[in-house]
This record gives sequence, structure tokens and C-alpha cells, in this order.
Amino acid sequence: MSEKEPLFSSKNLKLLTDPVGTNNPITVLVLGICSALAVTVKLEPSIVMALSVTIVLAASNVAISLLRSLIPPRIRIIVQLVVIATMVIIVDQVLKAYAYDVSKQLSVFVGLIITNCIIMGRLEAFALGNKPWPSFLDGIGNGAGYGIILIIVAFFRELLGSGTLFGYPVLEKIGLYNTGYKDNGMMILPPMALITLGIIIWVQRARNKDLIES
Amino acid sequence: MKGLRNYLDKIKPNFEKGGKLEKFHSFFDAIETLLFVPNKVATTGSHIRDAIDMKRTMIVVVIAMLPALLFGMWNVGSFHFQSLGLAGEKTILETFWYGFLKVIPIIIVSYVTGLTIEIIFGQIRNHDVPEGFFVTGMLIPLVLPVDIPLWMVVVATAFAVIIGVEVFGGSGMNILNPALTARAFLFFAYPSDMSGDKVWISGLRDGQGIVDGFSGETIMGYAASGKLEQMPYSVSDMFFGFIPGSIGETSTLAILIGAVILIFTGVGSWKIITSVFAGGALMGLILNLFAVNDYMSVPFYQHLLIGGFAFGAVFMATDPVSASQTEKGKWIYGFLIGIMAILIRVLNPAYPEGVMLAILLLNVFAPLIDHYVIESNIKRRLKRLKATQA
Repeated sequence: MSEKEPLFSSKNLKLLTDPVGTNNPITVLVLGICSALAVTVKLEPSIVMALSVTIVLAASNVAISLLRSLIPPRIRIIVQLVVIATMVIIVDQVLKAYAYDVSKQLSVFVGLIITNCIIMGRLEAFALGNKPWPSFLDGIGNGAGYGIILIIVAFFRELLGSGTLFGYPVLEKIGLYNTGYKDNGMMILPPMALITLGIIIWVQRARNKDLIES
Repeated sequence: MKGLRNYLDKIKPNFEKGGKLEKFHSFFDAIETLLFVPNKVATTGSHIRDAIDMKRTMIVVVIAMLPALLFGMWNVGSFHFQSLGLAGEKTILETFWYGFLKVIPIIIVSYVTGLTIEIIFGQIRNHDVPEGFFVTGMLIPLVLPVDIPLWMVVVATAFAVIIGVEVFGGSGMNILNPALTARAFLFFAYPSDMSGDKVWISGLRDGQGIVDGFSGETIMGYAASGKLEQMPYSVSDMFFGFIPGSIGETSTLAILIGAVILIFTGVGSWKIITSVFAGGALMGLILNLFAVNDYMSVPFYQHLLIGGFAFGAVFMATDPVSASQTEKGKWIYGFLIGIMAILIRVLNPAYPEGVMLAILLLNVFAPLIDHYVIESNIKRRLKRLKATQA
């Protein structure tokens, strides 16, 4: 490549936008489901979780991409794990220092980002074979694709399950409870997260027929 | 009848291919085949050619449910007036009429919601409106407490039809019994409206005057809270159904009449029904042997009379779509339902009634049971083949 590629060439932009839609890590690749079920009872922890995963993913993508020619193929998984674990611990410490309440709500799930299949998958599939800048964009894109699903699921679960958004009692303010409405206790339970996720996948595939496997 | 047929024949061309209302043909088909036995029969292949089609089969199930429904209506009125202390002053007709007015809205809401969704899906996916909802629409009200808010019935029916049936590809493809899916949804989503000692009797929650000494607690409620000796109901009350509970589940007698209709017409599997009762009786006996608390020493035959056990065994477990298909499998399937139902009921204090969860659980296991029954059959016949060839 003699001519320098622009930072946001169409190819690079695709890295950013594809994982949000047609190549979404949760709804299309069905990765990272556990944390999507576990942390989406409320919006606030979901957003923090989405940001944490995005940061860890982007940072480890860049790190692995920089090291990609130095890592012996045989021990690459261990190296990847060391990098991810380092990033996760940094994020965990930052959360504990500056957002202690949310950190308590997320409990083990911040630590469990280490085992999130999306991160390992992107390192293996992308960062090991690409330069740092595209790897960074890929990390941000996949993090955003993960995050947007988390936020959609959490929006419905918090609104229908607790009647609040970000802890603000929306349904009470518009007077819905006076008509006899009650919060749906099942939305708070994990099965409903799975069903909500399933409905999102259903809607997405109904709109985009290319995603349907034969 | 003749006029109706002529009218249908007159408007029929509008719904056929090329007609101006072609889009609504599945809706028209649903109405036409409901009113008249369709004149289409299979012409090729080895099909059974019979005048009985799915709609006629489903109607038999609805008829079998009528005794339980009618008794349920009377029972609703009866307990309402008992709670007001008016038990002796009302005639049977007044009592029935009160319950009728309470139950009919639930039935209408359940049918309208379910059929609307089924017709919409029929239009979108271009298939006929399936018959399964005839039964489901009647089963849902029968397994609910009478004071359930109607909007909850709408939400639960929609959930059952969309998530329980349509996502799997429509009626006949569902894994779980849709009526129980609706009930399970309500049970977990709105527990305060589905359990406790207030919901089973009409008017209690509005705080209408309750006479002293009256309690709306179900038998399971007495048993779970260890107050069995205070329970005012006798065994014959349990059998005839003079006990509080969901609308259709209280009278074992009315349910048995339904069971006879189902078995006699061959619509319901007698193997499943008997094996559920056998499983329940066995588990009850085993618990009697240990009997470390009051609940465990409830005589085994009483377990078969209280709660939703008989109703579940006769109307829910026999659902041909979600039950085991193989004949041997039906015995295993029913037997395990009986065992699990009593096990959950007695040993898990969080769930006062185990029948719903037991049937849903075995619905999930039914394909697995079938798989092993078929495998063992194949193995047995292969062995026989080898023996004859040798």
C-alpha cells in the first residue's frame, strides 16, 4: 500500500457499523448471552457494563494487534487472556473507585468480562491479523453492538418490570397504576431477558431476510 | 342452516384467488369450516378419510369441559355469597347467575384476544387459522382465579399465543401447552393476583363485608401453612368441588364426567389420564410412609382430589401436541407428571400447586421420552431380525 489509507475509509467505517446491525455479536453471532441476561434488570448497570466491555474490547484489540507478530501461535490464547485480564482488572478498579454502587450491582459480572466470548472471538478473528487502528475500530464497533442490545433489553425490563427508567418512576408519574396496572414480576427474572432477546432477534430477522439460515 | 350455507356460497368467490377480498381468505376459511364440515377430503396417499376434522375434535374437548365450567360458575357464586354470610338465602339459579356474569367476561376476553392474534398471524404467514385455540381459549379461564383483572387475561393470552405457539411455527408445533404457558406467565408475573387467600373468591379483595370465621384459603394454602386441622372441608367436599380454587379445577366429579367424554370419543388418551393418577397416588403413598409433617401425611387419595390435579390430568396432560406421541411414552409421561406434581406440591413451599409446573416440565421432556421409546423399539426389532436370520 503506497498511498496512505484515510482514517475513516469506507472499509474502516464498515468495521464500526457492521457489528451494530447485520453482524451483531449478540443477536446474529449469539455470543455474550450470559452477561446480557444477568445485568439487564436495570438500565444503569447495563450502560456501565456496555461501556466496560467496549473499553476492554477496544484496548485489548489494540494491544494484541500491536503484539501480533511477536506472539508465538502456540501460546496465543494465554497471551490474550493475560491482556484481557489486565484490562478487566483496570476497569474493575476504576469502577470500584468512582462508581461503587454500580460496581456492587454488577458484582462478579465485571470480573466475568474476562470470559466474555465476544472479546476472545474478536481477538482471535480480527486483532491477530489486522493493524492497530482497524482493530481499535472493530473493538469499538463490537462493543457498541453488544451495548445497544443490552440497553434495549434493559429498557424494556426496567420499564415493564419495575416501572422505572434510570430509577425514575415513569409509570407512576403518568398515573398508570391508578388504572389497575401492575408491574410484571416476570420481567425481572432471567427467563424474560432471554425471551426479550429472542423477540429482538425475531424482529431483526423479519426485517432483514438475509440473516435467516436455510 | 340452509340460508347460512347459501349466504356463504354467495360471498365465497370474493375470497377465492382473484377475488377482491382474497387477502382475508384465511379468516373466511376459519368461519366457513367452523360452521360446516368442509367438503375437501384427501384424494391421494394413504390418509384416513373421515368426516371428523380438527374443528370437530376440538369441539369435543370444549364439550367435555362444560361440566367443569358450569359447576365452576355455580361455585363462584356459592363462595361469594358464603363470604357475605348469605349462603342460605340465595337460590341455585341466583348463585349460578352471579358466577356466570363473573366468568363469561374472562372467557370472551380470552377468545377475542387469542383469535385476533391467530387471525393476524394467519394473514401474515398465509396459513389457515388453526383450531388449537378453540380449546386453549376455554382452558385459560378455567385455570384462573375468578377475580383476575381482565387486562392480565389479555396479556397472558397474547403471551401464550405469540411466545408459546406462534414463534414455534403455529398450532401443532408448540412445545408447551399454551393454556399452561398463560397460567405460568401470570403466576410468575403477577403472583399477588394468582396466589394467596383472597383471590379465589369473588369480591374478597374489594373488601366486601366478610362474615366472621370465613376464610378464602384454599386447601393447599391450609396445608402449606400447617393449619390442616383448621380446614373446614371434608373429603366429599373435595370430590364434589365445594372448595375454593381456580374456576374449573374444584370439582373432581365434573372433571371425571369430562374425562369419560374424552375417553369415550377417543379424543383424550386414557393411558395418560390413568398414569397421571397412578403416579400421583404412588408419590402420595411414598410421602405417607415418611410423613414427617402434616402435609406429608395427607392421605394419598386426597391429593388426587384437591388443587388442579384432576383438571391437569384430564385436560392439560392429554393435549396431543405437547404430550408424548408413542403409546409406551404416554405411560411414562403421565406417570412422571403425577409424581412430579405431588413432589413439588408437598416439598416445595414456594409453589403451593405443583401440577402446572409438573406438566410444563414433562412437556419439555416428552420428545426425549418418545426418542428413547422409538430407539428401544428399533433395537428390539433388530435383535429379533438377527435371531430369525441366525
